[in-house]
Amino acid sequence: MTQRRTSRREFLKSAGAVSTSAVLLSAPALTQAAPRVAVVGGGFAGASCARALKIIDPGIKVTLVEANRTFTACPFSNGVIAGLRELSAQQFTYDKLVAHNIVLAASMANAIDPQARLISLADGSRLGYDRLVLAPGIDFRWGALPGYTEAAVDAMPHAWKAGEQTLLLRRQLQAMDDGGTVVIAAPANPFRCPPGPYERASLIAHYLKNNKPRSKLIILDAKDSFSKQRLFQAAWQELYPGMIEWIPLSQGGKVASVDPASKTLVTDFDSYKAAVANVIPPQKAGHIAEVAGVADRTGWCPINPVTFESTLVSRIHVLGDAIIAGGMPKSAFAANAQAKVCAAAVAKLLAGTEPSEAKLINTCYSLAAPDYGISIAGVYHPVNGVLTEIEGSGGLSPVDAPRATRAQEAIFADAWYRTITDEIFG
Amino acid sequence: MNATRILVASAIVCGAVAPPTLAAPREPPAGASGCTGCHPGSAITTPVPRLAGRDAAEIVAQMQAFRAGQRPATVMERIAKGFSDAEIQAIAAWYAAQR
Repeated sequence: MTQRRTSRREFLKSAGAVSTSAVLLSAPALTQAAPRVAVVGGGFAGASCARALKIIDPGIKVTLVEANRTFTACPFSNGVIAGLRELSAQQFTYDKLVAHNIVLAASMANAIDPQARLISLADGSRLGYDRLVLAPGIDFRWGALPGYTEAAVDAMPHAWKAGEQTLLLRRQLQAMDDGGTVVIAAPANPFRCPPGPYERASLIAHYLKNNKPRSKLIILDAKDSFSKQRLFQAAWQELYPGMIEWIPLSQGGKVASVDPASKTLVTDFDSYKAAVANVIPPQKAGHIAEVAGVADRTGWCPINPVTFESTLVSRIHVLGDAIIAGGMPKSAFAANAQAKVCAAAVAKLLAGTEPSEAKLINTCYSLAAPDYGISIAGVYHPVNGVLTEIEGSGGLSPVDAPRATRAQEAIFADAWYRTITDEIFG
Repeated sequence: MNATRILVASAIVCGAVAPPTLAAPREPPAGASGCTGCHPGSAITTPVPRLAGRDAAEIVAQMQAFRAGQRPATVMERIAKGFSDAEIQAIAAWYAAQR
């Protein structure tokens, strides 16, 4: 607003000599206020979108609604759990966003009125928008896994939203005796970061091998296949022989209930008493998506893949882990790529022009050990309203690649993290 | 930006141009905005090369070599296969024009 007023004042000063004030006030460029975009959620998707909007058109008033003063990134947080890095390496402030004229509303969105285009914030204020971008990440489906309540997360951390939970799981591993059993419960698809549970198993095994070599790790899985499976399994055999046991759905791997008091995980066939239990629960789009009416019966958000506008509520765009993105996985890279495409589309829609069809890239690295990286990549475009991987593109690291390639991919993984966080928060 | 708006507004008042199309977004061609997920800007240095300011013909040649499997790569050969010649040329021109 300040910027608008300045430009108007300067304009009045410079143009006053040639025109009457009546003409000035009727000029559309003057009566039209700066377009307002509200972005709810300051993670990889939301913060990327806010930054991209300001680059595309600094005249757009961008407000980022985010209650946390510090963002704690999930990618590489498995390294924190395994004692390979500190949580501070995962944390970023919004200072640079504010320096780039993004207004930070340090509160939570409680309600959204799509007709009035108003957001009600937890601090009692209200925020109007011309376009709203929701980047709410994920929430857990409490109640979907009997016994795993909000009170259970202290005994059986999920560590699937980085922060205190990440440190808690690390402390539990550090306190465990040598010879203990670590159990990871992995959910059915879809969920945030498909290769994440298996990278976590790898890096925990790396920690155990070096510190508690008589210990074991069991993955109880609610599915029969997983992301980068052949690569992970080859790495486990090479790096941690006999240490990791993966029990798929078809062999009774699905956890039916848990008992936090005894750290027991129960399947249809067996029960597993863990020294350390990491339960990654079933998920859905972040709560505000439901409140706004942009989540469907699946709990996730259908979108138009050209603009990322919700197919359920107009003028609300949804990004990142919360959306149904066709072939694109729920990764930080994908969230950032979607955010930049969405920002370009939003700027065009605000200017009254037609958004153009984009292409999106995803690249996702996982570490099987600190010097052992593997990746999946893909290029996507909209086909009949669905983001679809372009035939012949993308795919996994080769299964037979030499260790030098794994080491190189570990270096590229680190480079990716530094680059993407610099683009967003630097 | 302010200066641009002032010029546009002055021109409208003087009747010199058609009604305003407010923003003329600086939009990258299809696929280009994804590259900076890995290829850094000016602030940091990584083993992944910067794209901004590089010669367009060089970017095109490298992408075509990646796509044809003629240049060793980890992920770039998988990504290059998702782009046509025209798209590669547009992306290369976009980055060549950046500072």
